[in-house]
Amino acid sequence: MNKLQLITKGILKENPTFVLILGMCPTLATTTSAINGMGMGAATMAVLIMSNIVISLIKNLIPDKVRIPAFIVVIASFVTVIQLLMQAYLPSLYQSLGIFIPLIVVNCIILGRAEAFASKNNALDSALDGLGIGLGFTLSLTLIGAVRELLGSGAIFGQSLISGDGMLIFVLAPGGFLVLGYLMVLFNKLTAKKK
Amino acid sequence: MKSSLKNMVVVLFSITLIASLCVGLVNKITFEPIEKAKQENIQAALKNVLPEFDASESEALTVDELPVIVHTAKLGEQVVGYAVESMTTKGFSGVFRLMVGFRASGEVYNINVLEHSETPGLGSKMGDEGNSLITSFKDKNLANMKQPLAVTKDGGDVQALTAATISSRAYVDAVVRAYNAVQQIKGGANVATGATSTEWTEGEQPAAEATETVNEETQKGEDNE
Repeated sequence: MNKLQLITKGILKENPTFVLILGMCPTLATTTSAINGMGMGAATMAVLIMSNIVISLIKNLIPDKVRIPAFIVVIASFVTVIQLLMQAYLPSLYQSLGIFIPLIVVNCIILGRAEAFASKNNALDSALDGLGIGLGFTLSLTLIGAVRELLGSGAIFGQSLISGDGMLIFVLAPGGFLVLGYLMVLFNKLTAKKK
Repeated sequence: MKSSLKNMVVVLFSITLIASLCVGLVNKITFEPIEKAKQENIQAALKNVLPEFDASESEALTVDELPVIVHTAKLGEQVVGYAVESMTTKGFSGVFRLMVGFRASGEVYNINVLEHSETPGLGSKMGDEGNSLITSFKDKNLANMKQPLAVTKDGGDVQALTAATISSRAYVDAVVRAYNAVQQIKGGANVATGATSTEWTEGEQPAAEATETVNEETQKGEDNE
């Protein structure tokens, strides 16, 4: 598998949201608007790339039976470091994303990639895999967020298109499930044709 | 790598040790910038809810079992207003915090939502500019409003947000708490919250049925504007 494929497979063939169906909790919780979805995706991508690199570097030092707790400690430390740095140097970004950052620790995409990819490949490939999966996650979340925002509050990226309210159900939890389900169908139908 | 008790203990211990050292180090580096950012945030909120001022001092109080912070703003030697970091636990999704600014004479100058987790699109509108809750309070002295203070549905004269009565009741609760905190500092009389603190049972609801329909009509009228 060449380097470019490592990145693109995360966006299409192994899209974490629509194909692997990983990390559904943050997906449903944070996609109430396009910008929230994008922020969550970007923060997850940053953690994913760094944890993938570190885990692939230390993979030969970790005994098999304790690899999961070891991975979790690495991931949780990175999340905490990112949270502190954002709070200190990007306070305005932290204001809008702050509540989602600790959620990244429990995002199974990160642990999933550590276990399935970073613990078997070298650091460069792991970083590219993190980038690809991260991009796929970010794009999916932004898409879900954009659809929910458009239908739910008649706006896109905070720009109001209509006056008054949209169909509020799409901003609430049931709408999240509906949009996710239909996008998943659509995504898999489109990618199936390409094969 | 093959696992043995010895290498598992050693590896896990070293990983947690290194991780905690790193986190501790970052925490040490970022501690001051974070405090500074928080202070700047509070200052920005103060500027938003108060008339012009050049110095402020803060005092922590407890009103109705919840902590509030009162910032007394001065221009020169003159007290120009009070800004209160108030909170309520009665929101639809638990706690939210408001910054309520009062003029020295007691009227509400402006209200800012500092932190909330109310339903997006419904209760979250309390953070929007010029919503019905802010306009109900703005430039009014709480002591001169219809007592006890409550949303129209409960017989008061605060216009609730459409479809977010619980959030609106909690908002009134937080504003009243802020007002009472200022009264504690100035030594004036408290005002009471109305239905925000009471669970109405059916039949007990005071005059709500009669006024409700009227209020809903007026609210609809406003929505169309």
